[in-house]
Amino acid sequence: MTVAMPRPRSPALPSFGTISARTILVALMVVTLMPFVTMFSAALAPSGTYPPGLQWPADPQWGNFVDAFKAASMDKLLWSSTLIALGVVPLSVLIGTMAGFGLAKLRPRGSGVVYILFVLGLTLPFEGIITPLYYEVRSLGLLNTKFAIILPLIGLYMPFSVFWMRAHFVNVPDEMSEAAEIDGAGTWQQFWQVQVPIARPAIMSLAILQFLWTWNQFLLPVVLVETPLERTMAGALGAFQGQWGTNIPLLCAGSLIIITPTVLLFLIFQRQFVAALLQGAVKG
Amino acid sequence: MTNERQQSRRRSVRSPSIKGGRGLLMAWVFIVPALAFYAAFVLVPIVMSIYYSLLRWDGIGKSQFYGLRNYVTVLSESDFLQILANAFQLVVYFTVIPVAIGLGVASVIREQLSGRFGTVARTVLFIPQVIPLVAAGIAWTWMLASNGVVNQALQLIGLGAVTRGWLGDFDFALPAVGMIGAWVLLGLCTMLLVTGIARIDASLYEAAKLDGASPWHEFRWITLPSLRQEIGVCVTVTVIAALASFDIVYIATGGGPGIQTTVPGLEIYRLAFAHRQVGLASALAVVLMVLVIVVVLPIQWLTRPPK
Repeated sequence: MTVAMPRPRSPALPSFGTISARTILVALMVVTLMPFVTMFSAALAPSGTYPPGLQWPADPQWGNFVDAFKAASMDKLLWSSTLIALGVVPLSVLIGTMAGFGLAKLRPRGSGVVYILFVLGLTLPFEGIITPLYYEVRSLGLLNTKFAIILPLIGLYMPFSVFWMRAHFVNVPDEMSEAAEIDGAGTWQQFWQVQVPIARPAIMSLAILQFLWTWNQFLLPVVLVETPLERTMAGALGAFQGQWGTNIPLLCAGSLIIITPTVLLFLIFQRQFVAALLQGAVKG
Repeated sequence: MTNERQQSRRRSVRSPSIKGGRGLLMAWVFIVPALAFYAAFVLVPIVMSIYYSLLRWDGIGKSQFYGLRNYVTVLSESDFLQILANAFQLVVYFTVIPVAIGLGVASVIREQLSGRFGTVARTVLFIPQVIPLVAAGIAWTWMLASNGVVNQALQLIGLGAVTRGWLGDFDFALPAVGMIGAWVLLGLCTMLLVTGIARIDASLYEAAKLDGASPWHEFRWITLPSLRQEIGVCVTVTVIAALASFDIVYIATGGGPGIQTTVPGLEIYRLAFAHRQVGLASALAVVLMVLVIVVVLPIQWLTRPPK
């Protein structure tokens, strides 16, 4: 974004403001990274010892990562989390997009009330409904299965998904759909051939956010799924802490392994993630 | 000319809502799947929460109608009042610290983060947003442990006398949990506010400077009003995170020592699944849901963009 009159700035001699801004930012980055650094240093200490907070170990125990990987059955966890994310995100994004389109463009009678109903759910704390959800999932016979996480999460994501996609479709000029109608396209074709392609950036952001929320979901797996290996990564991490909480090096190694997939994805798709998170916060 | 008029007419009328026939059916085909999932896994549970809250029920045997007595307990017994107060105290840490620091950083930077340094800063500051809160909880439990890096640093600067196991300390456990939340939300708030401040017209500040405005005046009369919406977003997101906190507390303290760090979310979980007091848990759940809405609505209203 260029401003018409940029403030004068000489690249050779950074101003006092630039230097202090950078100093503050570097300080914030150090604070942000410190937990990971100290976990890393602890993860390299001999297993079962109680190392000091920050110290490069004399004899780094890289094997701790292997042990933690095995102890947490990380391969199975990755698979389980992936299955859950695959069960949630595509379907949830699809029906959220459809409803957003319906509420923004088709607006059948009564849809105003439906929209308000969705918006009311935006601030809902999951803890508020976790108890009845437990009994509901139990009566469906889904307790301790991946569906115990997948189905409720789709429902819980609907307020944000519908709100987000409707906000996108409201800003698409009606001329688009009118042109498509003249070409004889029905609503269904119009949705797929005209609207969805334009909505791709909004859909991508929504998918990224939902993937993160699913992968990091903790409450639902802890309550609804007893077997840690059927849970999401975050839910399993809770169980891992319960089991290995006293073995700091192993716990730190395990935690670092568990956060690696999302951090890697984030670093690769850094731009999209930041955009999604910023917009997601603003609209949510 | 005609084209222009047509367009403006269309814009003012928007596409008419569908009233009948095949179109109506088709429109609902788009909306119903989302509505069905939402109803089945959110609306029905909300209604059931309200229903359970009127019962005395151990979750297994027969239930008994209990009127509003669960609510009386939740809103009058001292333990529950402390648990609710804990949530509000967390707001101070989850909200005030990230927003204050974010505003400070934004008003110093006052331009878009650009170049490689900007990209690195943005990426690093967002990492807490992509890791599970549970991982943040574990990392900070370790940082705040008696031989963790926090105490190490305090010793280094000669404050060895104040070191302690922060999360097990009766007085400092809740502030320590608050710091974890502040750490999680700091980057998001900072980036939101930095992005917002970069949009403010630089000439405003130049004009103020020519008029001899002090930095405080610039902040008070230019920065704050222009960032109203962004501040509103930060406050909303962080307040909800504080009132509805669960993951961090569950991992870092389990609610202890005593009930010093117990928050409503954790107490609901414990009452419903450990103590089998489903009615009481549900009453607290309803109170929590209402509380979040009651707190968030005024924030939304106060910080909505001026029309």
